[in-house]
Amino acid sequence: MRTLDALIVESPVFTSLDQDQLELIAGCASNVVFPAGDRIFREGDPADTFFLVRHGLVAIDAYVPSRGQLTLEAVGPGEIVGWSWLVPPYRWHFTGRAVEPVRAIQFDGACLRGKCDEDPRLGYTLLTRFSQLLVDRLQATRLQLMDVYGDDH
Amino acid sequence: MATITEPLELTRGSMTPLPYRVVRNQRENHDNWTLELEPVEEALDPIGPGQFTMLYVFGVGEVPISSSGNPAEPRRLVHTIRAVGAVTKALCALEPGDVLGARGPFGNRWPLEAARGRDLVLVGGGVGLPPLRPVVYHALAHRVELGELMLLYGGRTPADLLFTHELETWRNEHDMRVEVTVDAARSDWHGRVGVVTTLIPGAPLVADEAVAFVVGPEIMMRYTARALLDRGLDPDRIWVSMERTMRCGVGLCGHCQLGPTLICRDGPVYRWDEIEPLLRVDEL
Repeated sequence: MRTLDALIVESPVFTSLDQDQLELIAGCASNVVFPAGDRIFREGDPADTFFLVRHGLVAIDAYVPSRGQLTLEAVGPGEIVGWSWLVPPYRWHFTGRAVEPVRAIQFDGACLRGKCDEDPRLGYTLLTRFSQLLVDRLQATRLQLMDVYGDDH
Repeated sequence: MATITEPLELTRGSMTPLPYRVVRNQRENHDNWTLELEPVEEALDPIGPGQFTMLYVFGVGEVPISSSGNPAEPRRLVHTIRAVGAVTKALCALEPGDVLGARGPFGNRWPLEAARGRDLVLVGGGVGLPPLRPVVYHALAHRVELGELMLLYGGRTPADLLFTHELETWRNEHDMRVEVTVDAARSDWHGRVGVVTTLIPGAPLVADEAVAFVVGPEIMMRYTARALLDRGLDPDRIWVSMERTMRCGVGLCGHCQLGPTLICRDGPVYRWDEIEPLLRVDEL
């Protein structure tokens, strides 16, 4: 069986970290499974965790009155779900739902923040990696906002 | 890249529309239809993947439409059309037996030979999928000549997706990876949500050996090309299909001029490192 640090390193967020750092991060991680349709987290709840999806699809949903449940993004294998654990007030901004059975690695955000406080080098590295993730998501969202397939294009 | 000073090569059927009869009109979704056309008498030269014809609805007008058909069946013209203007709406309303005019084929072809022995990534956005369908037909017919074959397709919503049954067939019955995403969806959609560029980082390809063909709105192609470059593809292994207002189709009227190039004649397919500098010029 592969250890968590061996699985974690395959994610672009954690790739090329040194073994000590990987083991520190793996100490805050555990394997989780969600059946299809499960709410993995809910908008407004404390965001104590984030996830590395290993199998399946996680939808990021928002409920819009009169329009129902809208899916803003769906995240698949190898991708990270959640950055609300990183910055105060540590609350989920949207709802996460398993579109299909999901296997993931769950990270304890409070545990990881504590280790980053103790080890600023690890903290800087992780913040840099998550910044890249945030930039990628921001750019994708901007592209979504442009509605490039609309009638005007 | 060719320039506007080079001579034109006119072929039979390039100036005078030849009559074609509608043999099938298939509704694809709420605003797209696929017309299958056969010549009433004389046929145009065989149309290749990437090329387009000018379709003329008598008394209404003429528009350029890319081929979405199988290049192995050259006698039949197949065009998938989005009903957005007077001419395209008239085209989509045609019924079997109706006759229209067709000129062409115009433009250049996808450089299929460049993909031989390599991974081939097709990225289509919105109505950019139809011009890639002939490439898929060709690639599946010559599958052994390619490495990985993958189609990354993005649409506005699930209701806007094209060729949904065919996508399933390609995914399930062929050695081909098909990833579909939409920009917006309700919770009853069980696929990916996000722009098509988000599919590129996870695509299983040997980046420094891969070839990419990209079609969609220009801004989508720009961001897609950047994502492919970030992934490690060489700019001279990325091709895009450009779109501008086209009128004559033979490089005479200049409506489709983009700097030193005429898209109807020199394009519509361009290598990214050649066309990209022009796309960075505002108002061009």
